[in-house]
Amino acid sequence: MKMTGTVIKYGDNVDTDVIIPARYLNAPSPEELAKHCMEDIDPAFAASPHDGDIMVGGWNFGCGSSREHAPVAIQASGIACVIAASFARIFYRNAINIGLAIVESEAAADAIAEGNVITADLDNGILHNETTGEDYAVEPFPAFIQTIIENGGLVESIKNGSIK
Amino acid sequence: MGMTMTQKILAAHAGLDKVEAGQLVLVNLDLVLGNDITSPVAIKAFNQMGKENVFDKEKVTMVMDHFAPNKDIKAAQQCMMCRDFCGAQDITHFYDVGQMGIEHALLPEKGLVVSGDAVIGADSHTCTYGALGAFSTGVGSTDMGCGMAIGKAWFKVPSALKFELKGKLNKYVSGKDVILHIIGMIGVDGALYKSMEFVGEGLASLSMADRLCMANMASEAGAKNGIFAVDDITKAYVKEHSDREPVVYTADADAEYEKTYVIDLSEIKHTVAFPHLPENTHTTDEIDEIKIQQVVIGSCTNGRLEDLKAAAEIMQGKQVAKGVRCIVIPATQRIYLEAMEAGYLKTFIECGAVVSTPTCGPCLGGHMGILAENERAVATTNRNFIGRMGHTTSEIYLASPEVAAASAIMGRIAAPEEVL
Repeated sequence: MKMTGTVIKYGDNVDTDVIIPARYLNAPSPEELAKHCMEDIDPAFAASPHDGDIMVGGWNFGCGSSREHAPVAIQASGIACVIAASFARIFYRNAINIGLAIVESEAAADAIAEGNVITADLDNGILHNETTGEDYAVEPFPAFIQTIIENGGLVESIKNGSIK
Repeated sequence: MGMTMTQKILAAHAGLDKVEAGQLVLVNLDLVLGNDITSPVAIKAFNQMGKENVFDKEKVTMVMDHFAPNKDIKAAQQCMMCRDFCGAQDITHFYDVGQMGIEHALLPEKGLVVSGDAVIGADSHTCTYGALGAFSTGVGSTDMGCGMAIGKAWFKVPSALKFELKGKLNKYVSGKDVILHIIGMIGVDGALYKSMEFVGEGLASLSMADRLCMANMASEAGAKNGIFAVDDITKAYVKEHSDREPVVYTADADAEYEKTYVIDLSEIKHTVAFPHLPENTHTTDEIDEIKIQQVVIGSCTNGRLEDLKAAAEIMQGKQVAKGVRCIVIPATQRIYLEAMEAGYLKTFIECGAVVSTPTCGPCLGGHMGILAENERAVATTNRNFIGRMGHTTSEIYLASPEVAAASAIMGRIAAPEEVL
């Protein structure tokens, strides 16, 4: 999996209440959720299209509630990949389970600036900053998680018998 | 190297003699939980898998608590979807309006979790049941859907932090103050991916309500789970609420802990988390006057009978300050009834508070107490993120029932001693 996109950058502790406020959890449609993604801290986000953009956060990205609506909203907004110094644990497993690409890299989260163009080569574990020319080290996924990702998520992994 | 309590439970449920931190395991589940917000997404995942039936109709539970009683048409549709699914699957433990309560207060009360269990719930505060000596953790809806289908979930075995508790809490100080103090000390990602294991002689002075409250907020330190060593208080609670036999796991003497924190309970003061993170803690003796417009006493963190009792004793015979709306939400029907019989509800109503049916309601900005622009609330809930209880400029101060009750009377953040 390889993707190139423009960066939208946020800070530390981006929580699931700001990714998708609970007042919109009365309907689970991804398109509806995308309309309100990030609106409490960045009203401009949902107002423009993000086809293939890359979201970058700091420490503890996705902290707070277990709502899978959060990675779903980001995915439905058109974001191709989320890079963060660290992810909150439920967000991390939700992203993997639904097939939203995530990359944990402290160096990248630190150095990447808003508007940079990043190429994420997930198969080879390389993040390249097209704007600055820098490369960043990426922590590879354990084999078990790689299997889920390769199968396109947890549902497919169970459906095709990879996980019993 | 020995195993922690959490590691022993995971090993036993993965059919392994031994596990170590970092290992990925597929764990057999004793219970799979969802609520009216997360279950509809899980049902969709379940249906996509092409399984006809849930793995065990006794071991799947759904609780309609977040936006129930239905706050609007869309919320009503979501509850209907859960109701229809549980009906079709003949789910034993489906809790609708009339039987329901806030999930994490309800399940221990109903005896659905006992010591030694492995539980997942599509709700981040599922870690509450660690108070019973169980492994329980929050997951997403897809995990819940898959858990309903195959009765299993994948986990990375966590490393652990040990909290050695000693001493005894002072009067009007409770479990909420302890856990806020700890989160203030280690931060909102201080236990990220890890277990928080609570042990020591100090446990003897902590009621089950204190422990459930503390385990509940392990999530706010980023932890995978919080778990308490099982003692006589736990055993008595489990025996009172469940017919099932608890299994007690004790950490090995040589279990590995990344760090050990010694907490002297007698030194814990009234602690309040300021906006907009649970780690922004201050003690009431070091803060200036902060005027408030709302107080919420309830939630999966602090809506238990002991919490209502503590608040009622402080509010008894006084009046809620002019300009403050005080909303009390007993967490379950049984708590509601017991609070009524004990006279707590009468106390609340006489002093100008309102009492609501059980619901998560305002905690996550759902209904029953949404904040307007620039309003401030003291809440016994668990999160104070931007916009969590209403307008993005509103502010939430997290506190114990004791501090919340005193604040309702004073119209500003106050210590219980100020009104007694």
